Amino acid sequence: MAPPPPNNGRRTDRQGWHMSEFLQFLFSGITVGSVYALVALGFILIFNASGVVNFAQGEFVMLGGMITYFTYAAGVPLAAAAVFAIVVTCVVGVALNKLAIEPARGASVVALIIITIGASIFLRGLAQVVFDKQLHRFPSISGDDPIAIGGATILPQSLWIVGGALAAFLALYLFFARTLTGKAVVATANNKLAAQLVGIGTNNMMTLSFALAAAVGALGGVLMTPITLTSYDVGLTLALKGFAGAILGGMGSPFGALVGGLLVGLIEAMTAGYISSEYKDAVAFIVILLVLFVMPNGLFGRSALERV
Amino acid sequence: MLQVENLSSRYGRIEVLHGVDLEVYSGEIVSVVGANGAGKTTLLKCLSGVQPASGGKVHFRGEDISARPAHRRTALGLAQAPEGRQIFTNLSVEENLRLGAYLFNDDRIAKDMDEAFRLFPILKERRNTSAGGLSGGQQQMLAVARALMSRPSCLLLDEPSMGLAPKLVEQILDVVKNLRSLEVTVLMVEQNALAALAISDRGYVMETGRIVMSGPADELIADKGVREAYLGI
Repeated sequence: MAPPPPNNGRRTDRQGWHMSEFLQFLFSGITVGSVYALVALGFILIFNASGVVNFAQGEFVMLGGMITYFTYAAGVPLAAAAVFAIVVTCVVGVALNKLAIEPARGASVVALIIITIGASIFLRGLAQVVFDKQLHRFPSISGDDPIAIGGATILPQSLWIVGGALAAFLALYLFFARTLTGKAVVATANNKLAAQLVGIGTNNMMTLSFALAAAVGALGGVLMTPITLTSYDVGLTLALKGFAGAILGGMGSPFGALVGGLLVGLIEAMTAGYISSEYKDAVAFIVILLVLFVMPNGLFGRSALERV
Repeated sequence: MLQVENLSSRYGRIEVLHGVDLEVYSGEIVSVVGANGAGKTTLLKCLSGVQPASGGKVHFRGEDISARPAHRRTALGLAQAPEGRQIFTNLSVEENLRLGAYLFNDDRIAKDMDEAFRLFPILKERRNTSAGGLSGGQQQMLAVARALMSRPSCLLLDEPSMGLAPKLVEQILDVVKNLRSLEVTVLMVEQNALAALAISDRGYVMETGRIVMSGPADELIADKGVREAYLGI
């Protein structure tokens, strides 16, 4: 007869469950998740105004990091370089709307989405030419000394990323829930014809949401680069993960984007930590699919209630 | 108030309005009646600017507005309650009304909203519900109320009675009739010709993109041809 297993099973296993290990994965998940949340927030900004999923959202993040790095490398103070990067990315966002989306006025939403995919490939190529193909990093805001919490450590920059995501969420939440302009953006997406008839300049609303989405994306790029590094091609993965977060949370609600982005990050970090980092993307997407099978509107999405 | 000269419009290669002339004077209620597909809705859309005109001119309060985009026409005081209750379904009733006054930010908004609730008490009861959950009649009321929030001097009403029970039709048209006391001029398009003409000063009859007859509303109601073709009596 085989000997019985040790009385408390896997807990005494050398690779067993440790609080500090769990905390470490948790911190890493929250950090990455906050970046995804920032991307997801950018997605829903444009989605709320137009029903368009802007797949160039990841490129905004890339531009935020890359422009900051090259401006900083040229001798400009880091804070000024970051602000400059966010402003330039805003301009790129507005240009994307004016030059690529607006001229296609009247095209179907699917056609507009394909235009944004084209724009993302274009921006990636442009970055490769204008900048370079290297990985870049600039200094953290509050240094690189890890803070120890419960046996795990977290970088001060992580706290900045989490804070940035929370601040962006709060600002957008207040924008949509409390301001007339925010409601006008929602109204434009809900019924463009009626929005025009109450006096809303619907083209301006689109421009505004592209500018805001670009700013939120660039902010993400600025905050994450000291930890994750940046290069011309970081945008695509970020766009996919942020999109997954936005869908998971329920496309359209800022709160959903925040929670959805964080969840994708946490699932990834836990999978990488406890199973294998090879599977982290797969598990994240499987969980999202399972959630959507049960809740097609995402976790916090409003069901489409419409009388026809 | 509103002068339309030789207005034409097309969807792609098909012209649906062939030179429409029409005039609305200040303080009037004017109806455009006609069968389905006569071009009534297209006419209103051209006036509010959401459908481009391919020829002709529109003057509003003496100003040529033919080239102005829709949202700038609203700012001038020309409002439209569009066909099929184009309300903001994912916003609340109150938010819909607030957006009706999108161009304003002053104390009058609260007063206007009270006025809208006085005209349509049911909207007050349901002020915090999502507009998508309202019944068809309530959505129609909301569309009219929202248009009034933009402080129009002229209101374009597209098929206010469409798809409504007779009792609700009566209620909505009652409100339209009383707009006179609010000094709002009304241009209304209706398939329910008798009900529309009954509260109007003048009427136009439209057929396949042209005005074929016009005159005082009571004369149109009395006209044998109109009675047979449009009033069903």
